[in-house]
Amino acid sequence: MSDNGISHENLPSSEQESAHGEVERAHDPFVDPGMPAHRPRIQDIDERAAKRSERTVAGLFTLSMLATIGFIACFVAFPVDKIVYVWPFGHVSALNFSLGLTLGVALFAVGAGAVHWARTLMSDVEIIQERHPIEATPEVAAQAKRDFLQGAAESGFGRRKLIRNTMFGALALVPLSGVVLLRDLGPLPEDKLRKTFWKKGLMLINQNTNEPLRPEDVTVGSLTFAQPEGLDEHNENFNNEIAKAALMIVRIQPADIKDKRELEWSHEGIVAYSKICTHVGCPISLYEQQTHHVLCPCHQSTFDLSDGARVIFGPAGHALPQLRIGVNGEGYLEALGDFDEPVGPSFWERG
Amino acid sequence: MSTASDEKSRQAPAGERVADWADGRLGIYGAAKGMVRKVFPDHWSFMLGEIALWSFVVIILTGVYLTLFFHPSMNEVVYDGSYVPMQGVRMTEAYASTLDISFDVRGGLLIRQIHHWAALIFVAAMLVHMMRVFFTGAFRKPREINWVFGFLLFVLALFTGLTGYSLPDDLLSGTGVRFAQGAILSTPIVGTYISMFLFGGEFPGHDIVARFYSIHILLLPGIMLGLVVAHLILVFYHKHTQFAGPGKTNNNVIGAPFMPIYMAKAGGFFFLIFGVIAIISAIATINPVWAIGPYRPDQVSTGAQPDWYLGFSEGLIRVMPGWEINVWGHTFVLGVFIPLMIFPMVLVVLAVYPFIESWVTGDKREHHILDRPRNAPTRTGIGVAWLTWYFVMLVGGGNDIWATHFHLSINTITWFVRIAFFVAPVVAFVVTKRICLGLQRRDAEKVLHGRESGIIKRLPHGEFIEVHEPLDQSALHTLTAHEQYKPAEIGPTVDENGVERKASPTEKLRVKLSKGYYGEGNQIPKPTAEEYNEITSGHGHH
Amino acid sequence: MAAVVVLLLALAATGGLYAAFAPAGKAQADDTAQSLAIDEGKKLYAVGCASCHGVGGQGTSDGPSLTGVGAAAVDFQVGTGRMPAQQPGPQVPKKKVIYDQKEIDQLAAYVASLGPGPSVPSAEQSNPEGADAARGGELFRSNCAQCHNFGGEGGALTNGKYAPRLEGVTPKHMYEAMLTGPQNMPSFPDSTMPEQQKQDIIKYIESVNSDEAANPGGFKLGGIGPVSEGLFSWAIGLSALIALAVWVAAHTAKARKS
Repeated sequence: MSDNGISHENLPSSEQESAHGEVERAHDPFVDPGMPAHRPRIQDIDERAAKRSERTVAGLFTLSMLATIGFIACFVAFPVDKIVYVWPFGHVSALNFSLGLTLGVALFAVGAGAVHWARTLMSDVEIIQERHPIEATPEVAAQAKRDFLQGAAESGFGRRKLIRNTMFGALALVPLSGVVLLRDLGPLPEDKLRKTFWKKGLMLINQNTNEPLRPEDVTVGSLTFAQPEGLDEHNENFNNEIAKAALMIVRIQPADIKDKRELEWSHEGIVAYSKICTHVGCPISLYEQQTHHVLCPCHQSTFDLSDGARVIFGPAGHALPQLRIGVNGEGYLEALGDFDEPVGPSFWERG
Repeated sequence: MSTASDEKSRQAPAGERVADWADGRLGIYGAAKGMVRKVFPDHWSFMLGEIALWSFVVIILTGVYLTLFFHPSMNEVVYDGSYVPMQGVRMTEAYASTLDISFDVRGGLLIRQIHHWAALIFVAAMLVHMMRVFFTGAFRKPREINWVFGFLLFVLALFTGLTGYSLPDDLLSGTGVRFAQGAILSTPIVGTYISMFLFGGEFPGHDIVARFYSIHILLLPGIMLGLVVAHLILVFYHKHTQFAGPGKTNNNVIGAPFMPIYMAKAGGFFFLIFGVIAIISAIATINPVWAIGPYRPDQVSTGAQPDWYLGFSEGLIRVMPGWEINVWGHTFVLGVFIPLMIFPMVLVVLAVYPFIESWVTGDKREHHILDRPRNAPTRTGIGVAWLTWYFVMLVGGGNDIWATHFHLSINTITWFVRIAFFVAPVVAFVVTKRICLGLQRRDAEKVLHGRESGIIKRLPHGEFIEVHEPLDQSALHTLTAHEQYKPAEIGPTVDENGVERKASPTEKLRVKLSKGYYGEGNQIPKPTAEEYNEITSGHGHH
Repeated sequence: MAAVVVLLLALAATGGLYAAFAPAGKAQADDTAQSLAIDEGKKLYAVGCASCHGVGGQGTSDGPSLTGVGAAAVDFQVGTGRMPAQQPGPQVPKKKVIYDQKEIDQLAAYVASLGPGPSVPSAEQSNPEGADAARGGELFRSNCAQCHNFGGEGGALTNGKYAPRLEGVTPKHMYEAMLTGPQNMPSFPDSTMPEQQKQDIIKYIESVNSDEAANPGGFKLGGIGPVSEGLFSWAIGLSALIALAVWVAAHTAKARKS
């Protein structure tokens, strides 16, 4: 247990503890032997090793400087849209790649240098510090309580009940103004969630071509998405409307349709269902044309489009709403009214 | 009158003179006393919180940069920037400005990626840090409040993340916001009102990005910054915990001083973390919004998941059966509302755990020596059960990815998660506890018989034995330093006046729980001095 | 096998309907070369396909009728290796192609001769050259991304079925898939998605998901969104930082043992 002539401020105390421990040990074999004496690192006893560490640290700091210069050089050199092939990352942005690496190295080298310095050159003598209980001594606690009570007594808070009660009343009411101010965050729901853009006579517009759909366009096994005539991408509230009006159109052999109402509301097996999942509103359109199942990619609710779009799996609570369709005088598919129930996720007032 | 001191300050170096000046106004010397040489114990697991802290700093730095270029607006524009596959596409300004940051601002993509990668690592580091604190019992008195601060930081980080990744208004995050709106709608009575107020009308409206923006860059980070500061002040004030070991007691702390060691190590660690995140951002894409496309409420991409830290809530909502009840003209959307309520519960059980444990143990003393997880088998079992639960939900949240990448049926995975949600935590608890008890036995064995040396010796009568080396004093102490509680008993049923008293149900519950923690078979009694002396004297010395 | 039966029935129906509206004469060409090909195709068919689909393509309990499915369906199914099918399962997967293109053409010619159906698109039809990638992107997100993922990385369907990845699929096969709706994929006939739009979609996929496509940010981590990003942040990001923490906190090696 020699200390090689290196000074330790804590050595006496730990030696003392160890000695103390030897005595104790007879009574308690598991007694705390006390903090072990400090043992030097190579850098503590070999100046050449310390020099090596110093050079390493300085080298890392220098590397950081070089990397920062590299960062600036890359920033200036590479055009923002330059794509380069770098194995194994693929065709990457030259700027993102080079800036990230140089910045990363510049930062990392600073950190590595500092940590290496701390680990090898700064003193690694461990220090003991005493803890003190967090709670106050009884005297201090008593004094604090007395001070508080005196303050409370001087305020007359407990005595003058009228003041106390009206103050509580005032403080309770004041935040109400803040709550009232939030009223204009949005409108009241009213029947907004019950109505969509669809109404009787609106043609079904193919979202791909922006042309009205004819029954003969829709083949068995195909999938088409439609929006109501008159709803234009440029409308101010297009997103609000399409969030409710989006439609998926499929054609099923009439003989395969199990639900009577579905067949009635279809046009020769062409059925129009809301594209908005009744669970939490994802656009549901993973249509399997052989099984007639449609799956929601968000939470896997599965609906059977050949059976009134009833739920056959997953967390949705009710079937997809169907839009009743027919054909107008010019031979185009048209809606025969709005959905007869709210589309999208359920809500309290839905009923 | 001050010529003498003037003389002195002229001789002092400039830095010291500045410090003297500041001390006269701020009292810094008084504050520095005890701070500059504050001792921190060395252990890698004590640095986990620092990963969280420093990645939070990285997030703030890069976030400020991003606000300089991001336009939190839902006005629609037609894109004409330099990313060809989006030219001519209608999108919101929020999305268009995110594309500009990625493709037209030099270094913008890098900062965006650093910001997002740092966010994922931030929450991951917080979770790991929280688990370290949990499994070592560092949450015990006097640190319960700091545990709650940390918990609040974790929860706020989840919502800061959610509001952050929703800002670019891309197809993926928009789908996530839609899900949030659908979940809000399921709330009984007030759901539709909250939704209308939050979105300024019907979904998606024109306000949500701007509102999320102020929440994401101002409100939540402001609260978090305050909590982080409070968290750190308490760490300083309480002094760090330490593992049992030679010289380490509940009344001291052994380690290296803040200045210079931890200044260099912790400060250096910031640069290391920032550097690693920068390198990751150079080589790996995160949230490629340009490929995902702008949000439209009638479009969706498969693989719609939130960032990982909200994956467990996604799992809850995916595996829940579609229960919906209609009565008296109203709809109870249980299929959505139940998971929405379980979501905070999953987190709250963590927050209240320290208080439950201190109630069960009845221990009101300060604890500064950490438990080894094996020495608190019930707590460790509960922690692993929680993690298992969390992971099961995470699997549920990625069920489609599991299906495609492991060639499984999505329906089978969903059913697996539904069952595992209830079964897996129980199994994990039992198994973990067994393992802990096994490790306790091994420790006791080591203390009494020494460590296996691997040397085989043949005794004169032909028997082969393995030589066991006795442990040194440090190891003996360390392995026996932990306290073992006695299970609580129901107090005397007759009070001092001889009047019969009934044990209250809470007292009975407490006793029952206490038995579960510390009763027979729930901890292995640690070796006593008598046992040790008997065995060592009997064996002689190998 | 039931799935395959339903599949090919649906294909037949699709083809039939297509034929009804397709411009007349497209599927009928009867010069001598064509009839030679049909003869050759018939021989190949008898060896490789007849056991399931019947000697005359009328279908059996193991395989559906091929009357009217058209040459495009044959070219896709056989050209991507899906047919001949190997084993029953939720979905017939893409495999190694076992016929060469000439043989596939002959098979297609023979099956097309059984009844009118969509013909194989010409190189021009499926050529994305000059198409509009941005418009294709919009169409892709509207029609395809829900199953195939925003970047064509594929996704899960019900009960073990899946939408495959689109990387490396030739323009012709993509075009045929949209046209004919193989297996559970719905079709997108020219009546609802004109030829030009199919080319736009192919162009988009080539611009975002091919060997040459740029991933400006670096590794694309599968292009499947937050799941792989989360995994990466734990497995690489946090792990690296924890390893560094171990280094930062560890005691430096001592000079010698005492």
